Amino acid sequence: MFKYICKRIVYLLITLLIIVTTTFFLMKQLPGTPFDAERFNLLSAAQQAQFLEKYGLNDPVIVQYGKYIGNVFRGDFGTSFFYTGQPVSGVIMGRIGPSALIGLQAILIGLSVGLILGIIAAWRHNSGIDYFTMVVAVLGVSVPNFVAAALLQYYVGLKWGVLPVAFWQSWKSSILPSVALSFGVTAMIARFMRTEMLDVLEQDYIVTARAKGLNQFKVLMRHAVRNSIIPVVTILGPIVVNLLTGSLAVENIYSIPGIGSLFVDSIKTNDYSTIMGITIFYSAFYIFVVMVVDILYSVIDPRIRLASGGKGE
Amino acid sequence: MAQKTEISQELFTKAVVDKDEREHIARPNLTAFQDGWLRLKKNKAAVVSLAILVVIILLAVFGPIFSKYTFYDTDYLHTYNGPSATHLFGTDQFGRDQWARIWQGTRISLLIAVAAAFIDLFIGVTFGAVSALFGGKVDAVMQRIIEILVGIPQLIIVILLMMVMPAGIWTIVVALSITGWVNMARLVRAQILKLKNQEFVLAARVLGTGNREIILKHLIPNTVGVIVINAMFTIPSAIFTEAFLSFIGIGLAEPQASLGVLINNGYQVLQNFPFLLIFPAVVIVLIMVCFSILGDGLRDALDPRMRQ
Amino acid sequence: MSKLLEVENLNVHIKTQHGIVQAVRGVSFSLEKGETLAIVGESGSGKSITVKGVMGLLPSNGKIAEGSVHLEGKDLASLSEHEMQKIRGCDISMIFQDPMTSLNPTMTVGKQIMEVLHEHHHELTKEQLKQKALEQIKLVGLSNPETRFGQYPHQLSGGMRQRVVIAIALACSPKVLIADEPTTSLDVTIQAQILDLMKDLQGKIDTSIIIITHNLGVVANIANRVAVMYGGKLVETGSVRDLFYHTAHPYTKGLLASIPKLHENEQQLFSIPGTPPDLMDPPKGCPFAARCPHTMKVCQEFMPEYTHLSDTHCAACWLLDSRAQQEAAKEGENHV
Repeated sequence: MFKYICKRIVYLLITLLIIVTTTFFLMKQLPGTPFDAERFNLLSAAQQAQFLEKYGLNDPVIVQYGKYIGNVFRGDFGTSFFYTGQPVSGVIMGRIGPSALIGLQAILIGLSVGLILGIIAAWRHNSGIDYFTMVVAVLGVSVPNFVAAALLQYYVGLKWGVLPVAFWQSWKSSILPSVALSFGVTAMIARFMRTEMLDVLEQDYIVTARAKGLNQFKVLMRHAVRNSIIPVVTILGPIVVNLLTGSLAVENIYSIPGIGSLFVDSIKTNDYSTIMGITIFYSAFYIFVVMVVDILYSVIDPRIRLASGGKGE
Repeated sequence: MAQKTEISQELFTKAVVDKDEREHIARPNLTAFQDGWLRLKKNKAAVVSLAILVVIILLAVFGPIFSKYTFYDTDYLHTYNGPSATHLFGTDQFGRDQWARIWQGTRISLLIAVAAAFIDLFIGVTFGAVSALFGGKVDAVMQRIIEILVGIPQLIIVILLMMVMPAGIWTIVVALSITGWVNMARLVRAQILKLKNQEFVLAARVLGTGNREIILKHLIPNTVGVIVINAMFTIPSAIFTEAFLSFIGIGLAEPQASLGVLINNGYQVLQNFPFLLIFPAVVIVLIMVCFSILGDGLRDALDPRMRQ
Repeated sequence: MSKLLEVENLNVHIKTQHGIVQAVRGVSFSLEKGETLAIVGESGSGKSITVKGVMGLLPSNGKIAEGSVHLEGKDLASLSEHEMQKIRGCDISMIFQDPMTSLNPTMTVGKQIMEVLHEHHHELTKEQLKQKALEQIKLVGLSNPETRFGQYPHQLSGGMRQRVVIAIALACSPKVLIADEPTTSLDVTIQAQILDLMKDLQGKIDTSIIIITHNLGVVANIANRVAVMYGGKLVETGSVRDLFYHTAHPYTKGLLASIPKLHENEQQLFSIPGTPPDLMDPPKGCPFAARCPHTMKVCQEFMPEYTHLSDTHCAACWLLDSRAQQEAAKEGENHV
């Protein structure tokens, strides 16, 4: 187990290094300096030189790269070109709150609705609720979340005027974006849980449980749900990706001061250091989640837990 | 014993039993594909999806040709017209015919998706097959590469690539394929490895079948299903990614039309002219729904475990 | 002797995509107290479905179309699911074929035994349940009960798991124990141990056993009476002696002949040619007619009725009809 975790951490570091490297050199490919050409040219030659010096842009690329790597591993992503003078890490940290809130709320909604739908659908296979669940599952992954977010904003927010549609004022402002983000999560979880449960319900130990004289509810909860809910952990990776992607568009639509909208804004303003910072932040977050999920999975499933632990245990 | 009297003595003579009849297998012998096709045909949702997709593809190919309007012609006298007989889907802020633009956009989105799916398929199948067939050190190295690549969030890399490369259709295709093939490679490798150790392949080996024949007769036919199914899921996800990129403003740019561009455009004026968002959104949702139902249907139809 | 379990004219239909499979067609048998009945037949003969029908554990697409199952006078086939739950695991319990899959992989052995005890003895405290479960583990011959109690199924070998399955089945001292091919997926050496354990425990807790098997060796080892099934029907029933030494039905003869014999110098193993009938569209006559070496015209047209050969022995075959014997006699004369 310990060896496994070490291996995973080594992979994590290698992957991160590759991402940082790729990001760095891709950004270097962009034409000109990272400053708006027109504004930059207004500066005097001395000022220009001072600027380039300040951001270390006169060094050979390889030296810049070395410095950047060193800084990144110290948590320093450089200075934002757009929010002049502010460190990128500070800008990102300031934006985490809203993103985390709507992300967590979306996961909570998706998890509870998805699990309930999935369980009932499998239990009442081929019933009305099963078809309903499948429709939800297909629509949830087929309707792009920016379309869902836009429609929710228009109908629920503007036409019916029930909830705030934009600007980050109170907790209420987080409801619509969270709901918009949760559709994809609900769909993925409902679908996965349904398939998993249908598979488990076919297993011999379900018949054993019924042969013990347990009623349907106990068979379902103690034996079927327990065994099918464990693998749901494995799709947390794809769900996080779904949320990250979704947040880019949804935060923009609802003008939420989160990381997603920061990323889109920095793309639009060519704020390279922020783009690089967020890229690395997102990647690290994603890789970390996937690693934790894998380790968690091997901890909660007794079959894997002992298989990887070897005979020593 | 009424029944007994009905049965005459002469029935108690030896009957002729057709020897072949004994070994008769009740169901006709079908190849995996015939069987898969029959099963797919029984899946009504999949057949309907297939039909809708065919209609959408036909409209995307021929729709722009048969329209009086082109997707780029502007008409400032008729901006923001609602759907009418002359403009079935209305017109946008420049008076461009939405019917022509939507099918042009669908064409572009489908083109991008299909092209990306084919490139994924080509790279992924080659990588996966080489990795699985060579085994040993080659496989180990290739697997390490894959393990690192799957750790990278694809969309982020796609966004970075989109920023670096000049905007255009092929840029999106390239960006999507650079990251997209990994999944295909993993599936193909897993499938081939599974097959390699299966009894029927071992049996073929024992019977002295050569490598070439094993690959042609056993490995390829049994891997096609996995490849087709995965490609079926790649297409909608590529359509989605394209739309997403255009929506956040780094995909295709006006006056080019793709479903993402159209949705972005419609979103800007959603409050006053919702139809400009609704029509392209309905088309993209229809495409995604049909592809995923068809993909599911194909998976069920081609999965040998489902054969009864 | 009192009849403990009486199954009469049981018909089970299973709905599939392609049509309705008549998996069990008019099966009747009975089980007496303390007796072991073996149901023998090849795969697809309907033996598993028969006992699942008795247990009320048919798959959701299956149902008892006709017939009754009386346990001590109570018709189980007419009970509601809720009433049946009180009987399952308590009065009738079941052992399954594959111990690798019939235990819940994410629940400890102890909990799985305690679960059935708790279900039928709500009055027991947690401590008492644990004590009983430990006793049960000891009873089925597992060493270190305390350790076993906390282990997960995958930590045990196949034979040990089957012992756990037996411990679960016998935890509430059922009147009838149904064992569906309990030794088929085990190593040969383990098979005998499991059979011995079952015989041993049968004596200790006074239960009657229905054992399903296609292994005639198992039958000879454990059973008092045998019922042979073919094509969803019972073709011959009798005591083990009747079946082995006075075999009446050609199918049973075929089964016996296909046991490999060590002392005979036969070059080839005997097998019954052909495949079992398609029960979606069962033959109107004898189901075995297509494979029988003695098929007569009547066999293809009419289902034979049961002929009682002795108090314990009966078979369904037209060859046992007097007219067939007359015909055979004529045939014999012609040859002379």
